[in-house]
Amino acid sequence: MKLTEKELEIVEILEKNARIPLETLAKMASLTVEETEDILKKLEETKVIVQYATIIDWRKVDGHEGVTAMIDVKVTPKRGVGFDEVAERIYRFPEVKSVYLMSGAYDLSVVIEGRSMSEVAHFVSEKLSTLDSVISTTTHFIMKKYKHDGTVFDQGDQDRRIVVAP
Amino acid sequence: MTRATKTYVSETVNRLKPSGIRRFFDLAASMEGVISLGVGEPDFVTSWSVREACILSLEQGYTSYTANAGLLELREEIAAYLLRKFELEYCPKRELLVTVGASQALDFALRAIVDPGDEVIVVEPSFVSYGPLVTLAGGVPVAVQTDGADEFKLRPQQIEEVISPKTKALILCSPNNPTGTVLNRKELAAIAEIAQAHDLLVISDEIYAELVYDGPYTSFPAIERMRERTILVSGFSKGFAMTGWRLGFVAAPEEMLQAMLKIHQYAMMCAPTMAQYGAIEALKSGQQDVDEMRKSYRRRRNFFVQSLNEIGLRCHMPGGAFYAFPSVQETGLTSEQFAERLLIEEKVAVVPGSVFGASGEGYVRCSYASSLEQLQEAIKRMRRFLSRL
Repeated sequence: MKLTEKELEIVEILEKNARIPLETLAKMASLTVEETEDILKKLEETKVIVQYATIIDWRKVDGHEGVTAMIDVKVTPKRGVGFDEVAERIYRFPEVKSVYLMSGAYDLSVVIEGRSMSEVAHFVSEKLSTLDSVISTTTHFIMKKYKHDGTVFDQGDQDRRIVVAP
Repeated sequence: MTRATKTYVSETVNRLKPSGIRRFFDLAASMEGVISLGVGEPDFVTSWSVREACILSLEQGYTSYTANAGLLELREEIAAYLLRKFELEYCPKRELLVTVGASQALDFALRAIVDPGDEVIVVEPSFVSYGPLVTLAGGVPVAVQTDGADEFKLRPQQIEEVISPKTKALILCSPNNPTGTVLNRKELAAIAEIAQAHDLLVISDEIYAELVYDGPYTSFPAIERMRERTILVSGFSKGFAMTGWRLGFVAAPEEMLQAMLKIHQYAMMCAPTMAQYGAIEALKSGQQDVDEMRKSYRRRRNFFVQSLNEIGLRCHMPGGAFYAFPSVQETGLTSEQFAERLLIEEKVAVVPGSVFGASGEGYVRCSYASSLEQLQEAIKRMRRFLSRL
């Protein structure tokens, strides 16, 4: 669907900060609050806005256990449904955080989150590899996140500018 | 004879008024927890690709002087940029000069054209340097006051009122610091007619040309017959978020450009080499970042100016730069009283409009090149301040 200039504006602002107060959002886009609400409703209903999520740096949370793995999956596409059927079988598992169809050396890129390496390993060997269409998997564990979805973790964002300048 | 009674400093410099911004800076810098809307520069750090290109140039050992006029590759990029962006044609070999910021370009432009006693028209409220630079060049600054009720637009009759036989030039600044006002093609054409009729040179300071939010931008030398009488001053500081790099440029017909180059050879030699390499990259690949920054400023402008009006500080919607210039007349305070009390009582720093000239009195300059959170907090504090008055 084609978005209007104002709709695009709203989407771009929210993509960076979904918690912006409605009134502020309206002002930034030079709209009234009602107009902004209408646009949001439309964007949500049409699933252009799929979800409002938050980026958490879990390393900062004491007691949090968790590992993330990116798994390269080679599969045999099925006649008539291509990769969609096997992708669906994979993304239905709640521990699967994302699934992308890729160009290049493998077919699906699957991101898994688990409490431990063994839990992820268990999922790969028991659930993923055993699917009929899956030919092979290569699992990469993420050691450290530096930047995620455009946001740098631990960014020193102090303002170095002098206080008053011409 | 004792030294105590004698000054070594020249009379000219002694007579220069100290910058009004300075006092505020000292006061604000001594306080904790200040939200500063007094900053005249972007809140973005220079694009990584630009910084990276500069680092690479250092790694490769490009640390010697460049040609006086600047790296030819940079001048060629500037010429291409002026053409694609503003439909201006300048010869990179004879009509472009890379300077240490637009400030140097302004200084040398004035030195190149002003004879002792020549008058140069300065449009107020104006950037604080114009007047003093005219004086230092041996000229006489003549102020024109624009009208807040007219959104500080420069009108031809205002220029005509101050033109004398000694008038040599006019300094134009659109988008304007401090008012954010942008002159459109028609308004510029009206000024062009006056320039033509009175044989005025125009120094057009277009340092904020990248930061224009509503409608197309017209560069002054793009107006018919104006190229031959215009010195175009611009640079990388504001649009490309490169203030600390101190890199600007000037474009002018050969005769004037060569005169400036003559001064430049003696007084500056060349602009910093590493900064020039960064600037080449900025022009080659930086436009997308500039576009993103412009969007971000526009959103903050929309939020901030509307909020100012809501809390009772009347403010026109500025078409460019990153300044809002609201009126504080209804508070009954002078712009200096307003700024000082706001700083002391609520720790929000704004710049009193009076430092930018007589017609700036009754207004304050607020830069919205701050994070949205800071702007929201500033509005909250200003609302509280106003409710107490």
